[in-house]
Amino acid sequence: MKVAPAVGTDRRAAGSSTSFDVERIRRDFPILSRKVNGKQLVYLDNAATAQKPEAVIEAVRQYYAHENSNIHRGVHFLSEHATALYEQARERARAFLGAAEAREVVFVRGTTDAINLVSHGYLRPRLEQGDEVLISAMEHHSNIVPWQMVCEERGAQLRVIPMTEAGELILDAYEELLSQRTKLVAVGHISNALGTVNPVKWMAAKARERGVPILVDGAQAAPHVPIDVRDLDCDFYAVSGHKMFGPTGIGLLYGRAELLESMTPYQGGGDMIRTVAFEGSTYAPIPSKFEAGTPNIAGVVGLHAAIEYLDAVDRVSMVEYERELLQYAIDVIGGIEGVRLIGTASDKAAVVSFLVDGIHAHDVGTIVDQEGIAIRTGHHCAQPVMDFYGVAATARASFALYNTKEEIDTLVAALRAARGVFG
Amino acid sequence: MKPELRELYQQIILDHNRAPRNFKQVDGANRVAQGHNPLCGDKLQVYLRVSDDDVIDDIGFQGSGCAISKASASLMTEALKGRSIEQAEDLFEKFHRMVTGNASEPNGQKLGKLAAFAGVKQFPARVKCASLPWHTVRAAIENVASPVSTE
Repeated sequence: MKVAPAVGTDRRAAGSSTSFDVERIRRDFPILSRKVNGKQLVYLDNAATAQKPEAVIEAVRQYYAHENSNIHRGVHFLSEHATALYEQARERARAFLGAAEAREVVFVRGTTDAINLVSHGYLRPRLEQGDEVLISAMEHHSNIVPWQMVCEERGAQLRVIPMTEAGELILDAYEELLSQRTKLVAVGHISNALGTVNPVKWMAAKARERGVPILVDGAQAAPHVPIDVRDLDCDFYAVSGHKMFGPTGIGLLYGRAELLESMTPYQGGGDMIRTVAFEGSTYAPIPSKFEAGTPNIAGVVGLHAAIEYLDAVDRVSMVEYERELLQYAIDVIGGIEGVRLIGTASDKAAVVSFLVDGIHAHDVGTIVDQEGIAIRTGHHCAQPVMDFYGVAATARASFALYNTKEEIDTLVAALRAARGVFG
Repeated sequence: MKPELRELYQQIILDHNRAPRNFKQVDGANRVAQGHNPLCGDKLQVYLRVSDDDVIDDIGFQGSGCAISKASASLMTEALKGRSIEQAEDLFEKFHRMVTGNASEPNGQKLGKLAAFAGVKQFPARVKCASLPWHTVRAAIENVASPVSTE
């Protein structure tokens, strides 16, 4: 199978992948030079979490060594400085997501947190018995369970857009499933289990025609493709910092201003209030309304550095490089006898899920681990996807801008050796 | 193969994975239980026919899972056939201590062929694979109704 040309790339005019200096990029990531089990680390588990460049590590260290203070409260120098760092990061995140206003960007713990926030603050007050929430067959548990919970509580139905054997959404079915009762569509931009890139812009347009808001789970997209929420015309967009080369425990929720303003707070406490008295309290304006308590300030600082790092990379040649890497992986991994690729959409990114005949995914993972190779094995927080393919687990290699063809070759050699062991 | 891997995937384990013993349902089974590791997808059913004087006359298993869990189930059924319930429970304790690194005899001395799993303790993520069949058989003995897991 061949992957489609990179999203948003004019292949005639753009920089070619030969201008993408992966060795220089690799030197930015200190962990890549370490050994595991006596072998050079080959990190192919980026869909689980991405490694961090020195710039991000240094930003966090610098913050704690010289700049740490609580924000939004003090009049002293460090507090004002930390507050400025925090809000500058928010503005940078706004630009990264293509949002119109910084107040449309909420700092959250991650994509899961963002989705729960929308489920609680947007959907729960509006959802009535018999209403519907529309998700897709390839969602991560974090884009399933929050909706299940609110549907169960409100007597609403979860409906699921089906997919083909190749792992592509059946778009006719999507249109049919958009009904009078649909109160929200929630769909992943790029599937973590299959690598499928969904046509979220088109899907958002269809939802908008029916007056239905759409939430896009962008956890896997943020490290790979440029995001423009106004171009997508979506209502909510969620990303995780740790998947885009930033720290853990930090993420972004984009929400249209008028929607965020209409939403009830998720957590109560300090910082999300305007006034507090025992008789009653009033809430802060957005986005503070959703940022209760002292936030993960260091995480925000680290995320800012990660966004700066990504912005400094030639995105066009990065996208082209990753596309070539993915095609290479599909060809050589798929070329091993006894290997079956799972998820063969024509528009794919960054992920190769596969089965090895006669060897359970778990055993594959343990064996290649001995060669220093990190892949993920299991259900990838997508048990419905595993059920669809009738398997308990797959092995998954997932790539980032610092991976190389040589690393893929190392994986292939380890897989061939594993086949030898199990006969 | 690297020595560490050889510790884990010993020949006896590979053999029992390829050709599991007692891979069957049991006629007249009077103790049955299901085991499931949702994290990795190992699933099995264990069947026992226990006599009136508490002896395991026959034992078998069905299901699917990784090489460690399948070989563990296979070797377990060989070890338990013909034993008393009391001996089975004792073996469970010893096996569990060995794979979790809590045994007084870390290499599984006195456990016969089950000593093949002594290497599992170096692979913490795989301990659950080795112990799932044992948890399941204990549930069968105690007639626990719902599927067990190692969680």
